[in-house]
Amino acid sequence: MSAEGISKFDLVIAGVGGQGTILASDIIGKAAVKENMSVRAAETHGMAQRGGSVVNHIRLDCELGSMIPMKGADVLLALEPSEALRYLEFLSDDGIIIVNTDPILPVTVTSGLCTYPDVDAIIAKLEESHKVKAFNATELAKEAGHPQSMNVVMVGAVSNYLPVSVDTLVECVRELVPQKTIAINVKAFEMGRYVTQG
Amino acid sequence: MSTREYMLGNVAIARGIVEGGGQVISGYPGTPSSEIIGTLAGMKERDFYVEWSVNEKVALEVAAGAAMAGVRSVVTMKHVGLNVAADPLLTLAYTGVKGSMIIIVADDPSCHSSQNEQDTRRYSQFSLIPCLDPSTPQEAKDMIPYAFAFSNKVQMPVIFRPTTRISHGKSDIELGPVEETRPTAEFVKELERWVMVPKNARIQHPHLLEIQKTMQEELENSPWNSLELVDSAKVGVIASGIASVYAKEAVMQQGINASFLKIGTYPVPENKIRTLMENTDKIIIFEEMEPIVEEQVRIIAQQTGSTVEIVGKMPGPVPRIYELNTDICADVLAEVLELERPDVPAEVAEDFDYDRCRIDLPMRPPVMCPGCSHRASFHVMKKVYGKDAIFPSDIGCYTLGIQSGTVDTTLCMGGSITVASGMYQAGEKKPICCSIGDSTFFHTGMNGLLNAIYNKADITVTIVDNRITAMTGHQPNPGMGKLATGEPTIEVSLEELCKGMGAGFVETVDPYDLEKAEEVFKRAKEYKGTSVVITRQFCVIDAKRSGIRRKPFSIDAEKCVGCKLCVNLGCPAIEFDTTTKKASINAMCTGCGVCAALCKFDAITEVKK
Ligand SMILES: Cc1ncc(C[n+]2csc(CCOP(=O)(O)OP(=O)(O)O)c2C)c(N)n1
Ligand code: SF4
Ligand code: SF4
Repeated sequence: MSAEGISKFDLVIAGVGGQGTILASDIIGKAAVKENMSVRAAETHGMAQRGGSVVNHIRLDCELGSMIPMKGADVLLALEPSEALRYLEFLSDDGIIIVNTDPILPVTVTSGLCTYPDVDAIIAKLEESHKVKAFNATELAKEAGHPQSMNVVMVGAVSNYLPVSVDTLVECVRELVPQKTIAINVKAFEMGRYVTQG
Repeated sequence: MSTREYMLGNVAIARGIVEGGGQVISGYPGTPSSEIIGTLAGMKERDFYVEWSVNEKVALEVAAGAAMAGVRSVVTMKHVGLNVAADPLLTLAYTGVKGSMIIIVADDPSCHSSQNEQDTRRYSQFSLIPCLDPSTPQEAKDMIPYAFAFSNKVQMPVIFRPTTRISHGKSDIELGPVEETRPTAEFVKELERWVMVPKNARIQHPHLLEIQKTMQEELENSPWNSLELVDSAKVGVIASGIASVYAKEAVMQQGINASFLKIGTYPVPENKIRTLMENTDKIIIFEEMEPIVEEQVRIIAQQTGSTVEIVGKMPGPVPRIYELNTDICADVLAEVLELERPDVPAEVAEDFDYDRCRIDLPMRPPVMCPGCSHRASFHVMKKVYGKDAIFPSDIGCYTLGIQSGTVDTTLCMGGSITVASGMYQAGEKKPICCSIGDSTFFHTGMNGLLNAIYNKADITVTIVDNRITAMTGHQPNPGMGKLATGEPTIEVSLEELCKGMGAGFVETVDPYDLEKAEEVFKRAKEYKGTSVVITRQFCVIDAKRSGIRRKPFSIDAEKCVGCKLCVNLGCPAIEFDTTTKKASINAMCTGCGVCAALCKFDAITEVKK
């Protein structure tokens, strides 16, 4: 759990290079700064962005380093199911997992070298130790207007847990996504938010 | 307007350059440094000069020239770039500068995107050029205007060394005012200073040693070093750069009563270290990679006859490899101070014990994009030269083709043609066909080609020319007819360049055209001497950005016999279903058509819409 005096909220965002994990953490980070919090974030740039596994750390109201300690995160936001499992160790024992159930097969799988685990088995595994909110965010994004808005669906889904107001988050969605896609992304945000409500 | 903005560390560093009134900024791309120049070159309004240079040595010399002429200059690169620029660096320490000069060298502990994890602070020690080591993106930005002023004051260049977590970290940044003054360029002839013939070098070397003390004293009291002495504490923690925030968090987390010395400059703040020693029994030192602070602390202890116990990595529990983090610092503190630690797994995420999940996770390595032209080039190379041939390669996106069997060596940028030549000259009888990217060829590959031709190496050099510096984030290079700022410039011809160096066989082919490419490579293989094949096709990411759209392909399941010829190409858009034993193409297809040309059963065709 994010510790008193060190950080108010620690979030790990996991995914695959190209899914838009950086935009997702930018929306949250920028919104928190607007609400006068200090923010520290660590991002994966460079080589791993070519379809590799990527992870971003983001710490709200924190003035120290950007790396969240093991078992330190309040929420693990996974844009891809197997990536949730890959970074599970960052999540605190009473932390929550929000996971997109739509898998992206790595080349090791498409070429038949490795097998991809059954998505239901992944979710069941996650549920053994943590509270899990699993849903197909890619489908929701398509409904919102474009599959690429999946990352914003996920931001909407985590918004119910963040110490940042919805209005500020939506304002940042508007500011950060391409002009032409604002309507789609705001819708995507709302759809994601609805899924984890209650 | 708010003066606090959320930004990337490298964008904050670029902002620091603007605030400090930087005038000439040069550099060569390299993760994690590239966004500094990217940001400056992308600004709509600029009152400074900014360039992508062809390599780091060139970039450092351009910045040195500017600073010799009296202006404020900056050069940026990744850590290994400083090896390329080490020659001018070591003598620049003798000449010093007249204006100001900052040498930004971004380190990459843990090799997130690098071939090694060397520590730039060693170059600072080696060259006797002072170094600043930021602990947060905010401090990184603030250090830049300071470094300009300090450099001017001591008439020396300054090394500034962010690491991946600074450069690619994000943080709220408090902006500062922009320096208004701009020194004008005016080179003053001073032979003793600017001409490093032996007579002058013998004068400048003792001078360089002499000013170390002045620089040390000035840096000691800069805002980048701070000592918090706790009266009741018998334990002292020293931490430098980014390690200081990890160590701080670990100390807070465990409620340890300790004095804390944060170090951000080299030479190190000796007085503060002495004070800490006098007030504690035990000192624990946290720094990423080399024990540079630790060596200094041990020297000071020896000189002062201090009996304080020093814990670090010489040897000791603090790792000398990879990044540190809060958990590692907490573990070390717990071990050394014999504290109880809550049950926290010691291994970092990368060594995560998958067995414990009882679900095998597939590996997800970075790979070349769907339709990447390098894949096509490699396919043809392998077909023509045979899998027993030797394929020295270089550094770029093509290195991601490591699984394809056509990347047999990767040493450093430019190390493909040269390594190939060496193997040939050693008497290796197998065919040798090396590969190198366009940017890498302009960087240091050219010299290697000249050497191969001159010394009659019978090898084939494939220049995989995707017309961009892709791996580091798509920067322009001399082959593209475009400057860092996007302004048009001369388009340097690879063909003319190679011919000018004396190559007797130079041919250009589109690697997507497998048949034609095969024919060209066959002739290159037969050619006696150094042959050059330029495989030219745009990087698909760049092509997409500039509006090139191709129709995707699909596989007719009726016709697919499951031979896996297309699957073996390794394109992420081709999937193989192990139950139906048939291949299919997913939504990532960019329509390069290479797999279709491979299929012997005409099962792969363009999607008609
Ligand atoms: C000395 C040095 N400088 C910079 C880098 C960073 N770097 C890695 S690959 C690369 C350029 C690759 O461009 P190119 O050769 O055109 O190949 P592409 O990625 O476009 O396929 C650079 C600059 C490095 N590894 N070493
Ligand atoms: S970015 Fe360009 S060069 Fe790099 S793998 Fe993708 S298509 Fe190939
Ligand atoms: S045409 Fe074939 S090889 Fe090219 S991108 Fe599409 S699936 Fe990959």
